[in-house]
Amino acid sequence: MKHIISMLIENESGALSRVSGLFSARGYNIHALTVAPTEDDSLSRLTLVTSGTSQEVEQIVKHLNRLIDVVKVLDLTEGLHIERELMLIKLSATGDTREEYKRLVDIFRGDIVDVTATTYTVQMVGKSTKLDAFIEVIDPGLILETVRSGTVGVMRGEKCLHL
Amino acid sequence: MTGAQILIHYLEDEGVEHLWGYPGGAVLPIYDALDTDAKNLSHILVRHEQAAVHAADGYARSTGKPGVVLVTSGPGATNAVTGIATAYMDSIPMICITGQVPTGMIGLDAFQEIDTVGVTRPIVKHNFLVKNVDDLASTLKKAFYLATTGRPGPVVIDIPKDVQNAKSTYAFPQEVEMRSYLPITKGHGGQIKKAVEMMLSSKRPVLYTGGGVILGDASAELVELTHKLGFPITQTLMGLGAFPASDKQSVGMLGMHGTYEANLSMHNSDLIIAIGARFDDRVTGNLEKFCPDAKIIHVDIDPASISKNVLVDIPIVGPVKQVLTEMLRILDKTDLTMDQEALDDWWLQIEGWRATNCLRYDSAGVKIKPQAAVEAVWKSTKGDAYVSSDVGQHQMFAAQYYPFDKPRRWLNSGGLGTMGFGLPAAMGAKMAFPDETVLCITGEGSIQMNIQELSTCLQYGLSVKIICLNNGFLGMVRQWQEFFYERRYSMSYMDSLPDFVKLTESYGHVGIRIDDPKTLQAQLDEVFSEKYKNRLVFVDIITDQQENVYPMIPAGAGLNEMILV
Ligand SMILES: Cc1ncc(C[n+]2csc(CCOP(=O)(O)OP(=O)(O)O)c2C)c(N)n1
Ligand SMILES: [Mg+2]
Repeated sequence: MKHIISMLIENESGALSRVSGLFSARGYNIHALTVAPTEDDSLSRLTLVTSGTSQEVEQIVKHLNRLIDVVKVLDLTEGLHIERELMLIKLSATGDTREEYKRLVDIFRGDIVDVTATTYTVQMVGKSTKLDAFIEVIDPGLILETVRSGTVGVMRGEKCLHL
Repeated sequence: MTGAQILIHYLEDEGVEHLWGYPGGAVLPIYDALDTDAKNLSHILVRHEQAAVHAADGYARSTGKPGVVLVTSGPGATNAVTGIATAYMDSIPMICITGQVPTGMIGLDAFQEIDTVGVTRPIVKHNFLVKNVDDLASTLKKAFYLATTGRPGPVVIDIPKDVQNAKSTYAFPQEVEMRSYLPITKGHGGQIKKAVEMMLSSKRPVLYTGGGVILGDASAELVELTHKLGFPITQTLMGLGAFPASDKQSVGMLGMHGTYEANLSMHNSDLIIAIGARFDDRVTGNLEKFCPDAKIIHVDIDPASISKNVLVDIPIVGPVKQVLTEMLRILDKTDLTMDQEALDDWWLQIEGWRATNCLRYDSAGVKIKPQAAVEAVWKSTKGDAYVSSDVGQHQMFAAQYYPFDKPRRWLNSGGLGTMGFGLPAAMGAKMAFPDETVLCITGEGSIQMNIQELSTCLQYGLSVKIICLNNGFLGMVRQWQEFFYERRYSMSYMDSLPDFVKLTESYGHVGIRIDDPKTLQAQLDEVFSEKYKNRLVFVDIITDQQENVYPMIPAGAGLNEMILV
């Protein structure tokens, strides 16, 4: 099963490589990883998506907690949470497909953010599964480029990941 | 003060006695400050950086205090890597200070530049690159705190040369606070209580204890608990000495070359109480066949060690000493009692296994048996020496035939299995305990991996005794080739060996060869007599080349599938 693990790490050079190094050294996989500063400049928020049995993921969380630069760790998938990913996807759009893509983008509540005579660049936000679904309905031969941000997320309600 | 001076003053204020190191361009300011500012700190100049780290490690293992190392950038740091990894695998408290090229040159492939923080990241508890001299003292404080608390381990501090030269003010930091590091100080009371209840309701229990008991200074508590419970106890290679081997409740070491009674007690138990041990693959054998009927209680300071290889029923995360003390307290006031009849039956069964006398060996013949050599060393030293070992058959013979009754006496690289560890580790222990007998049990293969340290031993009067079980083979490799590769002895024969006696003499020490079983004991008695008290003696013992380590659990087998002879 997929797990979204969210953590606060020290905003120091090397902190990210400690996390990614742990995953490669112990043979855990990373489907996606995203990291950026927070409102507190001493901390960064890192979110990663991994998969494994609940026992494996528990072990991953324990190892993450052991890293000195990791301040707090939370497996978002354990509770009710909101997850989002941003995608920019550039499509080859000529002739009939131009209208068809516009309709599809509307259905998926995306935006066409750049247009040329032969291309559309679509911005789409949602759960990763929704982005997957959009990609699936497009003829693969017409996808020019896909950029995804990786998943970020928070717990629902008042529960927060903070110091 | 300069950064270099701050470092020296800090180490003295921290109470560091010895600094094991080797100079080079990127640490010249520190070496200069050592000359101008050091008062109590003694520096030992080794002959290879790997040995500096192992020596600091041997000091740490034998004393419980952190070992401290100083090496230069680039090749100095990479030479130290094997030693750091060795300490990491066995959770040894250590501080390794490495020089680095000036901050402005980092990343430019400067002379002797290496990304030390990157190279050592997977083999340290933590590491630091100090970019600002104002942070140096507080970083040192953090490093010692990290290395010595929680699950101990090595910490590397990389200090660029310009930071060593830069000026700042110095005051010993009294306090340290790290928001992301809060070592656990207490085990969960409810879990401990549940564990004690489970212990008292078991019928075939066994205590399985490891290096964590020694690291956590919990020997006394372990002995008390074991006596109070009356359970059998088996110890890992890393745990030897925490509970006295001569005590009747000890069933010896377990695992690949453990005793029959230890492994069968584990396999047939209904409850395993694991304390400061980590279910290493050399201990468990095939996990699918591991202890089918046993419930497991696991006490460890590191949550990540629990349920890593084997799922446990009652995890207890906490310092071993505190948890055992709490167990003793609960035992004292509980109304529950043990099923004494079941325990008696259990012991009867164990005594049956013990009666196979699995460590017996055929001592007849004209060649010295390595087992006999170790037993003779034990006799000569009255079983009370500090014993380091290298890696191979001799290491297993040492563990099997030199029973330890005290903790911190047995110094060996259990986790990484580093050949070349033995001699420098013995040097570290000898530096800490100059009046005690310190010896290194080694092989003709392993000793050559750090033999250059004979020179350091002369310079500092480190009169360790080197017991080389010379079988002319990379014996442990040869044994596996005999068992599993149809006796194709590919590259396990040690040809062109030096004359160790002459070699030792050329280093200014005493060399003695023993090749006759009849004179073995007398010659060893002399080695450990007053006569050589202040001399390093290299004892080259020519042993039976064909001898193998038994019992043995072959790879893939369960603990109950031992090869006895
Ligand atoms: C640095 C290192 N290289 C290789 C090995 C693999 N290895 C394990 S035991 C052994 C043989 C050791 O030979 P020796 O020191 O003569 O001991 P013996 O087994 O003969 O007693 C080797 C090569 C190791 N443990 N460490
Ligand atoms: Mg050998």
